[in-house]
Amino acid sequence: MAELLQFVFSGLTVGAIYALVALGFTLIYNASDIINFAQGEFVMLGGMTTVFMALVGVPLPVAALIAIIVTTGVGLALHRFAIEPARGATPVALIMITIGASVFLRGLAQIVFDKRFHSLPSLFGADPIQFGGAAILPQSLVVLAGATVIVVLLWLFVERTLLGKAVIATAANRLAARLVGVDTRRIVDFSFAVSAAVGAIAGILITPITLTSYDAGTLLALKGFAAAMLGGIGNPLGAVVGGLLIGMIEALSAGYLSSSYKDAAAFLIILVVLVAMPQGLFGRVKVERV
Amino acid sequence: MAPAILVAAIVIVLPLFFPSAYYYRIGALVFIFALAVVGLNLLMGFAGQVSLGHAGFLGIGAYSVAIGPVHFGAPSWLCLLAGAILSGAVAFAVGRPILRLKGHYLAVATLGFGLLVAIVLTNEANWTGGPDGMSVPALTLFGWRVRGSDVWYWIAGATFVGGFLLALNLMESPTGRALQAIHDSEIAARVLGIDVARKKLTVFVISAMYASVAGSYLALFNGLATPDEAGFLRSIELVAMVVLGGMGSIFGSLVGAAVLVVLPQVLTVFHEYEQVLLGLIVMVFMIFLRRGIVPSVSVALAGWRK
Repeated sequence: MAELLQFVFSGLTVGAIYALVALGFTLIYNASDIINFAQGEFVMLGGMTTVFMALVGVPLPVAALIAIIVTTGVGLALHRFAIEPARGATPVALIMITIGASVFLRGLAQIVFDKRFHSLPSLFGADPIQFGGAAILPQSLVVLAGATVIVVLLWLFVERTLLGKAVIATAANRLAARLVGVDTRRIVDFSFAVSAAVGAIAGILITPITLTSYDAGTLLALKGFAAAMLGGIGNPLGAVVGGLLIGMIEALSAGYLSSSYKDAAAFLIILVVLVAMPQGLFGRVKVERV
Repeated sequence: MAPAILVAAIVIVLPLFFPSAYYYRIGALVFIFALAVVGLNLLMGFAGQVSLGHAGFLGIGAYSVAIGPVHFGAPSWLCLLAGAILSGAVAFAVGRPILRLKGHYLAVATLGFGLLVAIVLTNEANWTGGPDGMSVPALTLFGWRVRGSDVWYWIAGATFVGGFLLALNLMESPTGRALQAIHDSEIAARVLGIDVARKKLTVFVISAMYASVAGSYLALFNGLATPDEAGFLRSIELVAMVVLGGMGSIFGSLVGAAVLVVLPQVLTVFHEYEQVLLGLIVMVFMIFLRRGIVPSVSVALAGWRK
């Protein structure tokens, strides 16, 4: 029982990060129909920038804030200088642009930072808390709390603010949104900025547990994309559930089966789910109009 | 026929400009990758189905010519054929359920498939040598050991011309016409009485076999098979070659493969700036030549002639 609790906790922690990455995919997809494969690089930039700011003596909270601002800037620049100029290109061409951006950012991180692994100190020390026989890292609780706060804030923003309504309108029907006076270009700008910020926060939260390096983004982007698809692309609830599920499957199969096959288990289950439910867990069946 | 003669001419004339054996090596790599890219282009450019896991078939091909001769003592050429058939069979089994998925859902399913192949190749170290891969015995044909970059250049070039011709013919066949109809509108194709699921599966199997042969060549040429051949980055590279050269342009497959094989070689002189420049070049190409190099250039030429 203690063992199970241990696995569930580590699964939830990693899953929360996947969920945040998946939310980033969802935000940008809803505003622009683009699958942004540079999403993982936002997570890497958040972690790496904080680490290097802290190394030059900037206090940790300030370093984290700078990292979030820098990453948000990168997200905005990605939209302005790479996505906007290619407006009207096919979805595959746009995906290739984001993949190019991800290679570019990885290369840049290699030069600006370095190729080593880095960590950050935990917020509340590294001594595990005993809970029902399981040892839980305090940082795990920070990750879970942080992810919850972000999800709630995003939900409140979309439900309660005018800008949030504009985001929903843009996601539902871009042309109609423009007709009622929504500046959809700014909404896409905004969604890239928020996705980048959320990614950066995820990177800062998880670095004390999993470490970070210039190439940490690729795998996170894969998992986040898979989580968003598992939940049903475009559905924020689906993204969160998908992320947590993938984290849990990984932790449980690593614990009970074999750690080298944990990714295999996750993707095998995704395949099975998609074959049974071709629109993901929460996706709606799209009726194609002729 | 004319495009095939052009491509054959390129294969024959190119070595006249090669100053050293190193260029034969690059040329061979270009044709090997171009073979896989032609197959993927049939699937993406003509049938309109994305695969983010095509390197999985490259991996199956590569390890067929590694595991067959090493563990079973089978001749390499037979293993190459067996690998292609195995890839086709796997594509058939996997394709039946997942080709019903659309767009990004198909992308994530194929991605999962490719990762599964790479994970198995990495972990079954007794058979595959694990993450470092395993060495591959040289190809022997009629008692003659095939080696040397120039020999492989001609083998890869000839096979590419064959694959190119086959793809062109396929596109002119009823199946090819049906695929293009599916690409334009699946519903319209179905209304016309085209068995959409079957046609998609056919082209998926064919493209898997192209990738498998290319993977076998790659392993035999390098004398090494590693799990990286089946990895996600390899899959992305293949997709990038298709998109860069031009989706739906068979000749574009050669151009796309050439650009992405030669470019990293050229960029190594920039040392640590290699990745930055590669990413930048891919972005610039896709922004300004968004339909791919060959279609964009031919449209521009047509406009200039007027």
